[in-house]
Amino acid sequence: MSDVKKIATRESYGKALAELGTEHEDVVVLDADLAEATKTGVFKKAHPERFIDCGIAECNMVGVAAGLAAAGMVPFASSFAMFAAGRAFEQVRNSVGYPHLNVKIGATHAGISVGEDGATHQCNEDIALMRTIPGMIVINPSDDVEAKAAVKAAYEHQGPVYLRFGRLAVPVINDRPGYEFKLGKGVVLREGKDLTIIATGLPVSGCLEAAEKLSSEGIEAKVINIHTIKPLDEDLVTEAAKETGKVVTVEEHSIIGGLGSAVCDVLAEKAPTPVMKIGINDTFGESGPAAELLRKYGLDAESIYNKIKEFV
Amino acid sequence: MDKLKLMKTANEVRKDIVTAVHSAKAGHPGGSLSAAEIFTYLYFEEMNIDPKDPKKEDRDRFVLSKGHTAPGLYAALAERGYFPKEDLKTLRHTGSYLQGHPDMKHIPGVDMSSGSLGQGISAAVGMAIAAKLKGSDFRVYTLLGDGEIQEGQVWEAAMLAAHRKLDNLVVIVDNNNLQIDGAVTEVNSPYPIDKKFEAFNFHVINIDGNDLDQIDAAFKEAKTVKGQPTAIIAKTLKGKGVSFMENQAGWHGKAPNDEEYKIAMEDLEKAGEALCQM
Repeated sequence: MSDVKKIATRESYGKALAELGTEHEDVVVLDADLAEATKTGVFKKAHPERFIDCGIAECNMVGVAAGLAAAGMVPFASSFAMFAAGRAFEQVRNSVGYPHLNVKIGATHAGISVGEDGATHQCNEDIALMRTIPGMIVINPSDDVEAKAAVKAAYEHQGPVYLRFGRLAVPVINDRPGYEFKLGKGVVLREGKDLTIIATGLPVSGCLEAAEKLSSEGIEAKVINIHTIKPLDEDLVTEAAKETGKVVTVEEHSIIGGLGSAVCDVLAEKAPTPVMKIGINDTFGESGPAAELLRKYGLDAESIYNKIKEFV
Repeated sequence: MDKLKLMKTANEVRKDIVTAVHSAKAGHPGGSLSAAEIFTYLYFEEMNIDPKDPKKEDRDRFVLSKGHTAPGLYAALAERGYFPKEDLKTLRHTGSYLQGHPDMKHIPGVDMSSGSLGQGISAAVGMAIAAKLKGSDFRVYTLLGDGEIQEGQVWEAAMLAAHRKLDNLVVIVDNNNLQIDGAVTEVNSPYPIDKKFEAFNFHVINIDGNDLDQIDAAFKEAKTVKGQPTAIIAKTLKGKGVSFMENQAGWHGKAPNDEEYKIAMEDLEKAGEALCQM
């Protein structure tokens, strides 16, 4: 896929924020000394008066965002996923979630594709944390097109939203005519009768590659892209499980509490189905180039293909 | 300021606090009573508010960062007419809108949900920034406990408030010297509180927080301050007004039983009668 255009979803986030700021006067962006990395710097350049750098103090940043929302602004509070969802979890839960304030958390550098910084900065737990908060929307876009659309959808939604973005440039897979982002709706990217691959975020493109390879061997996989993990598109997941009889979930997140768990929660009640969860296997990451880590931790197309081959 | 009237109202607020906590069989009377004059002054003298229009856009905001003293806030709100005084007796009851800690979604007049210590001041800073962004002249007040300022987030918020020159923000510290485990000086001393806020570039005013003249002077002074937030360090007496609760850490988070409630109300009735003879 070397000729495919690649863009990191954090880049998409920064650009979408700047556009949103032009369209809407009530958009405010907060960061915690990471504007260059989270790409909120793009917004800062376009709308400096509505950019609030809180310094290295994520817990306070989330609280300040809550106060801004309580006074009618629409704040996007940004940091790395590790700090936005991890360090500031209780602030997100109590100052944003409990009063159901209109705060958007823009978390970048999620997952092991953070790369060289290593385990302390590779957050594989954020989806699990965020989806336990009542009323919280959790979105994990798979590419540039989806990430930009997600930012706009988050603004249109009244209430707290967690947006998850990556550091690594990833293939653009959704640039098709008539593309539409619907909050809470999964997207069938490929039809197949033998199994369903349900993926979210960065590994979605790898899943499409793996499905093509399986197809060349006579195994037809349905591929569903879940950009909204909460609320999950339960109908789509249940129908696909009933149709294909086998489900594989793929995410750049711990296999505990993320997409795989969310899918199993639904299927256990509505359509018990054998499920294989592909993700980070209850372990910390490590330093290394992102592509190498994705291979080592089994999230590249080749590893996904191999695991599915064993499963079916 | 009609000092005598406010003193009488503060005494009524104290009765409401004791009644609500007694009815709830749980809650935090000590730090509610210590701040009764502050609650009263804010809601009856200082703030631009309208109980008939609790969400009025340009209203002044109050965030009870020391959220466990909700009975004090609710008492002031009820006395001011935000909701019926009778409802105070439903405090902490299952199904009541009067939650153990302030809940902005269900309680008229509550501007921010709070209770997890250290978080309210951040929300207050956010509101003060919003006022500046909108070009609105509303002011934001937040009340913190002296134990609460052990939370690191308080100082994150203080640093940003001064950095952004939020002269529309007033932080009040209810310095009653006691927290759950004992005296703040024994647990983990926050002193000197005034010097800490000064070092964070606040305009600092030290007062007796149970003296309405000093409260009045402090809030008037805060309004004249430009280019920096104000911190009012209010020295108070925990449990004030109820003889057996005064200066007792044990009354931080405990409800009076029926007998104790009777004594407490007698204390406050007497105080009320004395005020009527002034």
